[in-house]
Amino acid sequence: MLLDVQNITTFYGSSQALFGVDLAVAEGEVVALMGRNGMGKSTTIKSICNLMPPKSGRITFAGRSTEKLPPHKVARLGLGLVPEGRRCFANLTVFENLVAAARPGAWTLSRINELFPRLDERHAQMARSLSGGEQQMLAIGRALMTNPRLLILDEATEGLAPVIRQDIWRAIRSLKEDGLSILVVDKTLSELLPVADRCVILENGRSVWAGTPDALNADLQDRYLGI
Amino acid sequence: MTLSRETVINLVLALALLIVPVVASQMGQPFTVTLATRIAVLALAATGLNIALGLGGLVSFGHAAFFGIGGYAAGILASHVFSGEPMPFGFEGSNQMPVIWIFAVMACGLAGLAIGAISLRTSGVYFIMITLAFAQMIYYFAVSWPAYGGEDGLSILVRNQFPGINTMLPLSFFLLSYGVLIVCIGLFALLRNARFGTALQAARQNEVRVASVGISPYGIRLTAFVLSAMMTGLAGALYADLNKFVSPSMLSWHMSGELIVLIILGGTGRLFGPVAGAMLYVIFEFALGGITERWQFFLGLILLGVVLFARGGLIGLLAGKARHG
Repeated sequence: MLLDVQNITTFYGSSQALFGVDLAVAEGEVVALMGRNGMGKSTTIKSICNLMPPKSGRITFAGRSTEKLPPHKVARLGLGLVPEGRRCFANLTVFENLVAAARPGAWTLSRINELFPRLDERHAQMARSLSGGEQQMLAIGRALMTNPRLLILDEATEGLAPVIRQDIWRAIRSLKEDGLSILVVDKTLSELLPVADRCVILENGRSVWAGTPDALNADLQDRYLGI
Repeated sequence: MTLSRETVINLVLALALLIVPVVASQMGQPFTVTLATRIAVLALAATGLNIALGLGGLVSFGHAAFFGIGGYAAGILASHVFSGEPMPFGFEGSNQMPVIWIFAVMACGLAGLAIGAISLRTSGVYFIMITLAFAQMIYYFAVSWPAYGGEDGLSILVRNQFPGINTMLPLSFFLLSYGVLIVCIGLFALLRNARFGTALQAARQNEVRVASVGISPYGIRLTAFVLSAMMTGLAGALYADLNKFVSPSMLSWHMSGELIVLIILGGTGRLFGPVAGAMLYVIFEFALGGITERWQFFLGLILLGVVLFARGGLIGLLAGKARHG
């Protein structure tokens, strides 16, 4: 397993957010992390990146325990996070956003520009002046420039225009074809299920179901994901 | 190639600072040359602080520590040449500026490393206070250290020397200081445009985001703080030679405040912000200081105006908003 999360519990101060989450991503696999709002998806991701270190349980990435590693060291193991809400460096240009964190590997500036031609057109523009969709592309591009072994996408298409969503999903599918491992949180099931190899559902801070997208029938969707 | 407005303004400032003292020297007005040297040296100190403050957003209220350590490096090394007494730890005194500069920069680098390593574990107002506390510690140490003048300070009897240049001539010393300033501004530009500078500015904006792309915010800030301390220390050594005198006042919190004021007046994070700020400050000090002893009151009004109406400082006012906000 590339990423192996075993029975983690996480607290915000004294309030417990995760009560036992299990999750695994194999090399080249796309795993969808699902659940209604407030069930612990983002907290799980923060725990994996050690931005919110778990109190108990075990996380290994590429065979190494991430326990007590500061977030930047976890990232250096090969974890590329695209955080929720298009977090670019607003006071830097598109180009600077991409090169600031670049690490050598297959992903280079020209390949990012191929994936997202709109970024190429705007390379000298300040990130803060980009549209929401372009900022999202930039956030994904920035994560890819670190040449991660696992890309984590937290609500990457939330609040974007449908046309832009299509662009982002197209990019995600092409990353999957390239064999990149991806852990993805998203609410658009119609796009998410075809691209996912496996799904993990969280409810009230616990992982309650795991299986293939085919096995995620209407009943389960209604029970765990319906509003 | 068309030059941006800011580039033109920078060139004008650089040329003005060079030409005015040269002309003044021809006209037999060495005092103007001294004023220009003061501008160059203060601008250099502020350029050092600008690495931490302008790029990294680290409001160090203790940079006088490095300015003063640089100054004392010049004063102490020179004093041993005159007294002939050996220095502790087997060092030898020197009245050669290159030796003094290396010494000053190394000492400030080490001090910056120690102060930064502790201070950077905090942020915001705590960072301001802890840097201030360190500077005050060094200030009181200098005050109570009789070997090198204590509260009375330490005179440099003859200005230290630089190979091939007669530093006793005001214009030569100015040109030397100016050269060092321009080289350091060049270094600042290189740092700012390098990946290091980009990451530093990114860390200022959001620590978590920087960490999640694999950069240690602490490491990059510490590096910036040390480089910043070194450059300000170099300016301190020149300042001591300019005045031929070092005293604990170089280490006092007024000095730290002055450096911050220079940067705010000129434009935070701007390449020539410290130069513009130092010009404004020194010219004000001279022009208003002749009229009233309370010139700092009027400087305060101007500072208030800048903070309220021209957040980008003088450079921001003339060249427009900063590319990096």
